[in-house]
Amino acid sequence: MKTRILGIATVAICLGMASPRAARAAGEQVVIGDIDDMSGVYADVMGAGGIEAINMAIADFGGTVLGKKITVLTADHQNKPDIGASKFREWADQNGLTMLLGGSNTGVNIAMAKVAAVKKVPLFNIGPGGASLTNEDCTAYSVHYVYDTVSLANGTATAIVNAGGKSWFYLTADYAFGTQLQAAASKVVETHGGRNLGAVRVPLGAADFSSFLLQAQSSGAQVLGLANAGTDFSNSLKAANEFGITQKMKPAALLAFLTDIHSLGLKTAQGLYLTTAWYWDLNPETRAFGKRFFAKINREPTMDQAGAYSATLTYLKAVKAVGTTDSDKVMAELKKMRINDLFTKDGFIRADGAMIHDMYVMQVKSPQESKYPWDYYKLVKKMSGAEAFGPITGLCPLARK
Amino acid sequence: MSEIFGIPVAVILGQLMLGLVNGSFYALLSLGLAVIFGLMGVVNFAHGAFYTLGAFAALLGLQYFGINYWVALLVAPLAVGAVGVVIERLLLRRLYGLDPLYGLLLTFGLALIVEGSLHQVFGATGQSYPVPESLSGGVNLHFMFLPLYRGWVILASVVVCFGTWFVIERTRLGATLRAATENAPLLQAFGVNVPLLKAATYGGGVALAALAGVLASPVVLVNSHMGTSLVIVVFAVVVIGGMGSILGAIVSGLALGVIEGFTKVIYPEASNLVVFVIMALVLILRPAGLFGRE
Repeated sequence: MKTRILGIATVAICLGMASPRAARAAGEQVVIGDIDDMSGVYADVMGAGGIEAINMAIADFGGTVLGKKITVLTADHQNKPDIGASKFREWADQNGLTMLLGGSNTGVNIAMAKVAAVKKVPLFNIGPGGASLTNEDCTAYSVHYVYDTVSLANGTATAIVNAGGKSWFYLTADYAFGTQLQAAASKVVETHGGRNLGAVRVPLGAADFSSFLLQAQSSGAQVLGLANAGTDFSNSLKAANEFGITQKMKPAALLAFLTDIHSLGLKTAQGLYLTTAWYWDLNPETRAFGKRFFAKINREPTMDQAGAYSATLTYLKAVKAVGTTDSDKVMAELKKMRINDLFTKDGFIRADGAMIHDMYVMQVKSPQESKYPWDYYKLVKKMSGAEAFGPITGLCPLARK
Repeated sequence: MSEIFGIPVAVILGQLMLGLVNGSFYALLSLGLAVIFGLMGVVNFAHGAFYTLGAFAALLGLQYFGINYWVALLVAPLAVGAVGVVIERLLLRRLYGLDPLYGLLLTFGLALIVEGSLHQVFGATGQSYPVPESLSGGVNLHFMFLPLYRGWVILASVVVCFGTWFVIERTRLGATLRAATENAPLLQAFGVNVPLLKAATYGGGVALAALAGVLASPVVLVNSHMGTSLVIVVFAVVVIGGMGSILGAIVSGLALGVIEGFTKVIYPEASNLVVFVIMALVLILRPAGLFGRE
C-alpha cells in the first residue's frame, strides 16, 4: 500500500513538475512560427523572403513585447499537409509556440487549421488562397490575412466581364485551390451576365499545357481563365502566347504574383489583368518598404511577403494591447482592432477570420510603359474590402449571415 | 470536318502533332538513359538534373556571355557532357561491378545536390529564355496553328535520335561500345581503352539530356525543378521500351507522347497517370519491355 501511494505521489510530482516548466517556457518568450514551402514551386512567393519580412516586423516593433524576447521558428512543409500539421503540433507542444504564420498551399493550411483549433494557437494564413479557410474549414483561431479565391475572382473576373469578356473557359489546377478558384470565378461571371463554356482540369505540375490550351481554344470562349498558380500559371501563359491563343482569347490571371510576372517578362505578360492585395509601388510607404526589402533579398516583395510583415506586426500589437499571449484574449483583441500599416489602411478581422481590406485590380504594363526595374503594374481599380471579400456566407459556424 | 468517336478530326490531328512534340522530348531524354544503362549498366537518376543543367547553361550563356541559341545548342551539351565525364572518372567508376543500386543512389544524390544548388542560387520561379528570332512565329496547318519552334523540336529530336541509333547499331565505333558491354576484359586485351570508352559513353548520354534541356528552354520556364517530374516519366518510357534498348526508347518515347496527348482530350485528369498505367501493363505482359531482350 505504502509503495503504491509513493508511486502515485512520484507520478504526481513528475506531472506537477512537467507542466509548470512547459508553461514557463511559453511564458518567458513570444514564439512566432512560419511553416511554408521553402524549397518547392511556391518558395519564391513567400519562402525565405517571408522569413525576412517577419524579422523586419519584429525589429520594427522593437524586438520585444511585454518585456519578452520574440523568437522565430521556421520550417519547410514541402507542400505536404502531414508535415505542416505535425510540425505545428510539435512546436505547440514543445517550443511554447504562441502564433503561427501559414505559408503557401491551401491543402497544407487546411490541415494546420485543424491543429490550431485543438492547440488553441492563432494561425495567420498568409499564403493559401482557398476561401474554405474562413468557411467550412474556419476555426476560432484562424485569420485569413492576404487574399482568398473569392476576392481574386471578384477583382479579376468582374473587371474582365465588364470590359466585354462575356464567355469563359477555364484551365484549372486539379486540387482544392484550383477548383475553389474556378468556382468563385464562374459565380462572378454568371452574376455579371457572362457565360461559362467549360473547363479542363490539369494535373498539378504538368510538363506541357499546349493540348489543354487547344481544347480551350476550340471552346470558342472569349476569355481563358487561368485558375492555377506559380510555375503552372507561367508555363500555361507562355504556351498560350506561343500557340497564338492569346490573339483570339483574352487570358485572365486568377492568381499571379509579382515574381511570376518578373519570370515571364513583360513581353509575354503585358495586358494581363490580375488582382493583388498589395503592390510595392502604390505609395511612398510601400515604396520605402520595398526599398528596405530589396536591399536584403534583391527582389521587390510580393503581397504575401508584405502580408507576413503586417500579420506579425498586427499580432504583436494585439499582444501588447491585452498584455498577455493568451490565445483567446489575443483573438478577441484581433477581431476588435483596426489594422493600419503599410499593408493596408483600416483593415479588420471579421468573425469568420477573414481580414477585410482593400484589394487592387491591376493590369500588367507593356515593355514601353515600364519605366524602371520592377515597374510592372498599372492600377485599374481599387476595391473596398466589402466589395472584394463579399458578405459572410454563413458556412462558418462562428459567423452568422 | 468529320468526327471519329465524337471527336473532330481537326482536334485529333492537333493532339497528334502536340503528342509528337512532347514525345520528342521523351525520346531524346530516354535515349540518353537507355545509352547509359545499355552500355554501362548504370541507372542514371541524375538525368533530370543534367537536363536542367543544360537549360541553365543556355540561359546563363545568353545572359552573361551573349551566346545565342544555336551556339548554345552545341556548347551547352558539350559543357554538361564534360561535367558528366568528370563525374564518371571521379565517382561512378568506383561503383562498377557492385550492385546497380549503388550507382542509382549516387546519381540520385547528385541530382539532389544539383537541383538544390540551382534552387539556392536562382530561386524557384525560374526565368524565361526567348525563342530564337528565326524560329518565332508559326504555320497554320488548317487543323491547328503550329509554332515553328515546336516543329523544329520534332525535327531536331528525330535527327539526333536516329543519328545516335545509327552510330551505336551500325558503325564500327558502336560495335566497339557494344563489345565493351559484352566482354570488357577481352576488348581491353585487343588494345581498346575501355575506361575512356565508358567515360565518353556517360558524357555522351549526359550531353543528350543537356541537349533536351536546351531544346526545352524556350518552351518552359527555366527553373530548378524542371527535370524532377520529367525524369520519372522518362524512366517509365525506358522501362516500357525495354531497359537499354535504343530503338525501344525512341519509339516508345514518341508513342507515349501521342498517347498522353489523346488522354489530355479524353480524360485530362489522368494525363499524368497514363504512362504509368501502360508501364504496369507492359511489366505484367512483357517484363523485358516492348523492345527488350529477355
